Amino acid sequence: MPSPLAVEVRALSKTYEVHERPPGLAAALRSVFRRTYKTVHAVTDLSFTVEPGERVGFLGPNGAGKTTTLKMLSGLLHPTSGEARVAGYVPRKREAGFLKKITLVMGQKQQLLWDLPPADTFTMNRAIYEVSDADFAETMAELNELLSLGEIMKKPTRQLSLGERMKCELAAALLHRPQVLFLDEPTIGLDVAMQLTVREFIRRYNERRGATVLLTSHYMDDVASLCPRVVVIDQGRLRYDGDLPSLVRSIRPDKRVALRFSGTADRAAIERAGKIVEFDAARAVIQVAQVDLREAVGHLLGLAWVSDLTIEDPPLEEVMRDLFSASKAAAAEEAAGA
Amino acid sequence: MSALQDLGRAARAYPTLLRVGLAEAVAYRAEMLVWMLTTTMPLVSLALWSAVAETAPVGRFTQQGFAAYFLATLLVRQLTGSWLVWELNQDIRSGMLSRRLLRPIHPLIGYSATNLAAIPLRAALIAPPAIVWLLVLEPGAFPRTPLTLITAALSIVGAWLINFFIMALIGSIAFYLESSTAIFDLWMVGFMLLSGYLVPLELFPAGLRAVAHALPFRYVLAFPVEILTGLLRDDQGDAILRELGIQWLYVIGAGSAAIAAFNTGVRRFSAFGG
Repeated sequence: MPSPLAVEVRALSKTYEVHERPPGLAAALRSVFRRTYKTVHAVTDLSFTVEPGERVGFLGPNGAGKTTTLKMLSGLLHPTSGEARVAGYVPRKREAGFLKKITLVMGQKQQLLWDLPPADTFTMNRAIYEVSDADFAETMAELNELLSLGEIMKKPTRQLSLGERMKCELAAALLHRPQVLFLDEPTIGLDVAMQLTVREFIRRYNERRGATVLLTSHYMDDVASLCPRVVVIDQGRLRYDGDLPSLVRSIRPDKRVALRFSGTADRAAIERAGKIVEFDAARAVIQVAQVDLREAVGHLLGLAWVSDLTIEDPPLEEVMRDLFSASKAAAAEEAAGA
Repeated sequence: MSALQDLGRAARAYPTLLRVGLAEAVAYRAEMLVWMLTTTMPLVSLALWSAVAETAPVGRFTQQGFAAYFLATLLVRQLTGSWLVWELNQDIRSGMLSRRLLRPIHPLIGYSATNLAAIPLRAALIAPPAIVWLLVLEPGAFPRTPLTLITAALSIVGAWLINFFIMALIGSIAFYLESSTAIFDLWMVGFMLLSGYLVPLELFPAGLRAVAHALPFRYVLAFPVEILTGLLRDDQGDAILRELGIQWLYVIGAGSAAIAAFNTGVRRFSAFGG
């Protein structure tokens, strides 16, 4: 019976043997006769599942194993051990049926033909993926509507801006209407307006087509606005799997209260409500424990020179930094214990 | 069944791949012209051997015979050339092979379309030497019977296939070593010496000629050139068919080895940090 899950990962591991040598000529000569290798555990015993139509943020610091995992799920890498199934297929077999159901967009790699207009890449993909004329016309119209491709399809790829190229990359990757999208840093290097466009496009494609999205991004805004669920890995191991607000609450159970002043502020009066993070003549940000929030807000609203007050979660970047430092410390402790 | 379905899909996609490949070749026309100019070694050989044959023929070769031979060498080389070994080596090292592996078509089929698509452009660029070749060809030297015309065409196709598959085979070594192009240079040494590129093989001493006839290099160049210039004559039908058989055995051998090496190498492909 086929798996009803879009992505199913069980005890997935990937190790590499990497040639290592110190810098310098002597080391280079020594390595000719005696090569030393280091085993890198890129992914270790990773398990998670994704339901069809879910949008999942896949987070982790650099070198955490995110891209390695996405490459294993798209069939580019063979796992060292464990199992993966995507849309009911075993990715490493790279069957045509599987490749027609997935797509992998890597923000730092491109599939567009460099010296030809993107329209030529679209034509080529239509033939390779056997998209019918009617489906091609319909999908192109839809992609055009969502991404405003217009004239940029007709200019050689090398003459497009980074943002225009990413729009065309997404169009080329989605022309065959894949059911599972692996997006590895799709907004990297883009300006804020283009990030919003790409983000909105991903959301609308997901809603319109019911496609599953597994997204990695260093821009936390991408993840916060797109992904109700996040999977966090660090040093190749699963650290968290759940919704974003719960993750934030578990790592940073405090809130940020931002204040604006209409007169001269009394720093000591503010300090009574919580720890000051930022303070100047016009505004301040304080950190308040969740349990003390009601009392602190009451106190602050009683101050005549406080003209505006907003309560926010701590920035996601800080939450992630705390999570990764905690997991690093735990790993160091584990290594010391061993 | 799945392999047949894959081939069927590739066959249906192939005309489009060729059209896009030709558009790409046109975009790179200046680069291609420069590259073609680097493969004009036969013209140097032509000048040298013409000087040698000035006073008396060398074997069966008069000055005109050498001109016809080396111009045909230039034409066949241009029609059967490929750049797969460099492209594959680069794609493996940089990780760009990933984009081809994600498509539901075998990467070697994709590469073949890009390489084949450049042939019309190359044919157009070599039209002037082709006209000179037809003018210097001795009367009756050009294949006249249907058999030799067909075998001439098949021998050019076979030469292209051996060249392409050898490049795929050597290019796949980049899955295991840091670079495979140095190994291709070794193949090129054999090609230069034993394919008839610099010296017609029939001018070799008998022992060396026998070696050259047994190795694949001859079937990448000298065999089609000898049919096109009448060195293998219309009345040598049996010999031509026998050689064609040997050439296509090399095609099958090189093709099987290339596909096996590529598919095995892909399993090792890590694209790690590429």
